[in-house]
Amino acid sequence: MKFRTVFDIIGPVMIGPSSSHTAGAVRIGKVARTLFAETPQSAGIYFYGSFAKTYRGHGTDVAVIGGLLDYETNDERIRDAFFHAKQAQLDVRIHKEDTLTAHPNTVRIRLHSDEKQLELVGISIGGGKIEIIELNGFALRLSGNHPAILVVHQDRYGAIAAVSNVLAKHAVNIGHMEVSRKEKGEEALMVMEVDQNVDAPLLQELQTLPHILHVSKIHE
Amino acid sequence: MVMFKSVAALVEVAESTGKPISEVMITQEMDVTGLAREVIMERMRVNLETMEKAAQRGITEDVESVSGLTGGDGKKLMAYIAEGNAIGSEVTLGAVARAMATNEVNAAMGTICATPTAGSAGVVPGVLFGVEEKLRPTEEQKLAFLFTSGAFGFVIANNASISGAAGGCQAEVGSATGMAAAALVELAGGTPQQSAEAMAIALKNMLGLVCDPVAGLVEVPCVKRNAAGASLAITAADMALAGITSRIPCDEVIAAMYRIGQTMPETLRETGEGGLAATPTGRALEAKVFGTKTPTSP
Repeated sequence: MKFRTVFDIIGPVMIGPSSSHTAGAVRIGKVARTLFAETPQSAGIYFYGSFAKTYRGHGTDVAVIGGLLDYETNDERIRDAFFHAKQAQLDVRIHKEDTLTAHPNTVRIRLHSDEKQLELVGISIGGGKIEIIELNGFALRLSGNHPAILVVHQDRYGAIAAVSNVLAKHAVNIGHMEVSRKEKGEEALMVMEVDQNVDAPLLQELQTLPHILHVSKIHE
Repeated sequence: MVMFKSVAALVEVAESTGKPISEVMITQEMDVTGLAREVIMERMRVNLETMEKAAQRGITEDVESVSGLTGGDGKKLMAYIAEGNAIGSEVTLGAVARAMATNEVNAAMGTICATPTAGSAGVVPGVLFGVEEKLRPTEEQKLAFLFTSGAFGFVIANNASISGAAGGCQAEVGSATGMAAAALVELAGGTPQQSAEAMAIALKNMLGLVCDPVAGLVEVPCVKRNAAGASLAITAADMALAGITSRIPCDEVIAAMYRIGQTMPETLRETGEGGLAATPTGRALEAKVFGTKTPTSP
């Protein structure tokens, strides 16, 4: 079921005018920012479908930027997000795309800083709810509504078992898990939605396992 | 664990346990999230307070959106009601005024609570605060109203859609209208089945409603569609309380709404390209708002 709780329906408390085009957009931006783990130096924001056609009227642009600045959906600074981005030395470019996408409310976000980059695709499915459907070229399905651990690893036997063993040791339960790889034996991505927030020692332990390249997390 | 996926199941659980629908929703919420009842109630209280503030702001302050297209109509209607010459019921019009007021605050990038979306945020609180003087609900009953609204919205969202881009305005204001009608029945002392009937009657009358916002803004015609939704919700609730039933069961109305949304042209699903948005005046307003010649439909 896409909608799990009553607060997906009654809520969120947010800055108007649109739950899908404003609040949902803030949330997608915030997931990107969380995974990037710092304010990026530059951001390319690509709007598709209804997002491309109506982003100005809905404040979808300032909403995504607000998310990239780590704001919540009810943060009044969203209105002036272009200004605040400049203050934070975040260079933003907005692009309108014509390509048809499976969902009408689709945005692709590319983040850069000196040392790293990140690219994700998010969709806003209504009422402020979102899904992340692509991350750095990997297909996935991530709601951002639960704490989640993302592990980039080499596609090798035992890698998944090793990660889940560490989670078991820390008594962390996995609610939903997906594994996606580009090619057999190449880079792969594990996404685990878990029932509670995870702390730094657990992530460090995961990072030291064989074949693990990068570990990041999203908190509820 | 999720206890209901359909309205029929929701009514069945309520009737077999002898609990109102709001209680079924709260119980499921505790089960699904593992949170204590107090935490869930507190969270809903924050939503209720946000709604109260937004509606109050809209009927007392001079709210105006950035585009200048909307603002002030909720306040205007309140003043008209106060003159005492209104033709329709003051309760219904009071609900209409607060529904518009809430959406005017939303259009002005003010703080609101989505119910189920921001574009349809006026209907549920509008109805609740509109009937407040007549039905005198306690805070607990007001929270129950929101949980019952949420229970019906939960079924729609999981079986159809609450997104205008996916299903048109019927999915937003239509859903909100059905939710408010069902919740009002419970608040007025009706049965769970009567709530389902009210929802079905309300949603049937919203089927096919397109999402055609002028200039792509959540303003024209959204504010006035929230007005119609609030008024229809009260009528549907009264009809259900009178014992009138829907020939088509609620779940089938929801399924019909979903299929209509699927076959609705993209120009009428929140793209700002068809319907009222494409009228000469709609286009002129769009050009005025953005100060540029805007591209025409593909």
